[in-house]
Amino acid sequence: MSGRQPIFGTTLRSRTAVAVADPRLKASLANATDTFAARKGVAFAQLADPEGARTMARSAKAAVLARLPELLESFADRLLARGVHVWWAADAAEANAHIAAIAASTGSTRVVKSKSMATEETGLNDALEAVGCTVTETDLGEWIIQLARETPSHIIVPAIHRDRHQIADVLNKVAGGDLAAVPEELAAFARARLRQRFLEADLGISGANFGVAETGSIVLVTNEGNGRLVTSVPRVHVAVLGMERLVETWDQLDLMLALLPRAATGQPITTYVSTITGPRRVAAGETEGPEELHVVILDNGRSAILGTEFHEMLACIRCGACLNACPVYRQAGGHAYGWVYSGPMGAVLTPLLLDSPEAPELANASSLCGACWDACPVGIPLQDLLLGLRRRAAPSASRRTKAAWSTWATTWSRPRGYRMSLRTGALAGRMLGGAVAHVPGAARWTGTRTAPVPARRSFRDRWDAGEV
Amino acid sequence: MRSPLIAQNRTERTAGRTLGLVRVALFPSCVVDSVAPDVGVAAVRVLRRRGHAVDLPADATCCGQPAWNAGEVEAAAKVARTTLAALTAALADGADVVVVPAGSCTTMMRVFWPELFHLVGDEDAATAARALGEQVREFSEFVTSDSPVRPGVGTVLSPDPTPTTYHHSCHMLRELRIADAPAALTASACPNVVTSTAEGRCCGFGGLFSVKLPELSTAMADDVLDAAVEGGAAQVVGSDSSCLMQLAGRAAHRGLRLRFRHLAELLEETDR
Repeated sequence: MSGRQPIFGTTLRSRTAVAVADPRLKASLANATDTFAARKGVAFAQLADPEGARTMARSAKAAVLARLPELLESFADRLLARGVHVWWAADAAEANAHIAAIAASTGSTRVVKSKSMATEETGLNDALEAVGCTVTETDLGEWIIQLARETPSHIIVPAIHRDRHQIADVLNKVAGGDLAAVPEELAAFARARLRQRFLEADLGISGANFGVAETGSIVLVTNEGNGRLVTSVPRVHVAVLGMERLVETWDQLDLMLALLPRAATGQPITTYVSTITGPRRVAAGETEGPEELHVVILDNGRSAILGTEFHEMLACIRCGACLNACPVYRQAGGHAYGWVYSGPMGAVLTPLLLDSPEAPELANASSLCGACWDACPVGIPLQDLLLGLRRRAAPSASRRTKAAWSTWATTWSRPRGYRMSLRTGALAGRMLGGAVAHVPGAARWTGTRTAPVPARRSFRDRWDAGEV
Repeated sequence: MRSPLIAQNRTERTAGRTLGLVRVALFPSCVVDSVAPDVGVAAVRVLRRRGHAVDLPADATCCGQPAWNAGEVEAAAKVARTTLAALTAALADGADVVVVPAGSCTTMMRVFWPELFHLVGDEDAATAARALGEQVREFSEFVTSDSPVRPGVGTVLSPDPTPTTYHHSCHMLRELRIADAPAALTASACPNVVTSTAEGRCCGFGGLFSVKLPELSTAMADDVLDAAVEGGAAQVVGSDSSCLMQLAGRAAHRGLRLRFRHLAELLEETDR
């Protein structure tokens, strides 16, 4: 398999159990997600019609997805007309091979990157290091987890699982142990160290928040300024765009730019919004920007989602609002999801993108509470998609599970069978009493919760006896 | 995915204000039937006190939600069909509405049944489910929209001074958008209402979710319970016996001094 390997091999249950037993993780998650969710609320209240904007965004993305192949063609044509090299990547291996080829042909070995979930998905860093490049992540959170050899645990805040003391521990490995756990001091160290990397880099790699088809532009939404340095200092810039991250027009972009930072961090606009349309035009007298610009358009399982019952997932703008709203993410954190994407969007995307027998289990990482759907700035019904994934996985359930459902359905579809089962349950509950904890499987409830006592007589039996 | 035909269920419905005596077909839900019969008894008493005639359609069983949430549509449809037929017959026999003291089951019947039957190719049942859905009312929704026939009924005679928080159940809150009715009823019965910082957050039950991922489910319950305790609540009132079973089971295990009551039980007591 190509691309980023999942950290499966453990069950979803064991991963969530480990996460909820970590009090520091719990505190970090609650603190960060509460802060972002509260800021999001304030930022959306600034809009004249938040619900209207959400509806417009949903239909704009639906319109783009309905014509995606055609719009991708015209996007690519505009890029080529601007002198941009366009690379189509069917999967992670192809994307990584294209970028390794660009590095080789431009003689690049020192690579700086700005934050890109698409390249997390393809496992690009490992692929480039394998061909002799040194790769430095320059988003502070990404740099921290790169140094810690971890994967992102939040799509916007990759090191959300670490508090400042844990971050200081990581940075002290490269700083020689002199840094205090003071955010300003840690940031100043990172800034100075990363500045050297920018200046010596020959290849800059970024993701892309949006591509604009009508002008062939790449749009980056960032806060730290590293995105601008990555895309303008090195001689060569490669932008990796998930094929669904397209809008057709600048009007649509305008709408998305009103929603993305508000939903992600509660900002009306990010510190930097960079729009890149072609490389430096030397003939036009431009003195800034890379000499070469390459855009890699990544499929990696996305086109297979088009036109299926899960197609709305392709409207996702990667804001992370569903993670911040999710009561499961709040307890389990991102690593429990086992791959690159986490929270409700990850629980939907991973089974769709990742060909792994263990991925479908992620659809169970939800109580279907719908807080994600409420939070989504483009109105993706994530809980419906999770339910759809459960339906898709149901035929592969074990024979025992299928038999259990069949028996249940037969019994409870007959009024007499239903009543008998209530009486049997009540009898069993009375006979077992506290011993219910020893029934196989019952510990999954009784290990942490007192078991409900089946009523001596069901409501229906009391009604029939004229007692109600 | 979801048919545009049922999009109406996604926004708050304004249940038609019904006048005078209403013939209510009660669908208690399987959880009330089996582990929380007192909730059913309380709901019947509150409804009768308001002057309504209550009947229990004998052949209704379960709404099928356990199987639906597991992705097992055939099993869900098989059980749901039985309840759909029983309740449709009750309406044909003269019942005006179906009242359900469970937000989650109300959602299943009103929002998911048409989709469920459509998915299994049973369009007749889907049509019947849409028609039935129009007449299905969640308990608090019904109690805030009816007109009690007897004067003075529905007024709180003996308010409960216990510091109380109302726990919103997720389906009722986000699919049915019924939030104000139960909160207002709780506030009228309990003058000492406290708002939890976890308001609107899932209790972690989620049906089989609670046993598939027990550690996670328990941590979610703790989050809600801790917020209730920190907010000074001594009582949690809700509209779903399943959520209350999760919270009460965890609170008892931890030895927390919290009382859990269904809204119907609260009203039954304070309306006396």
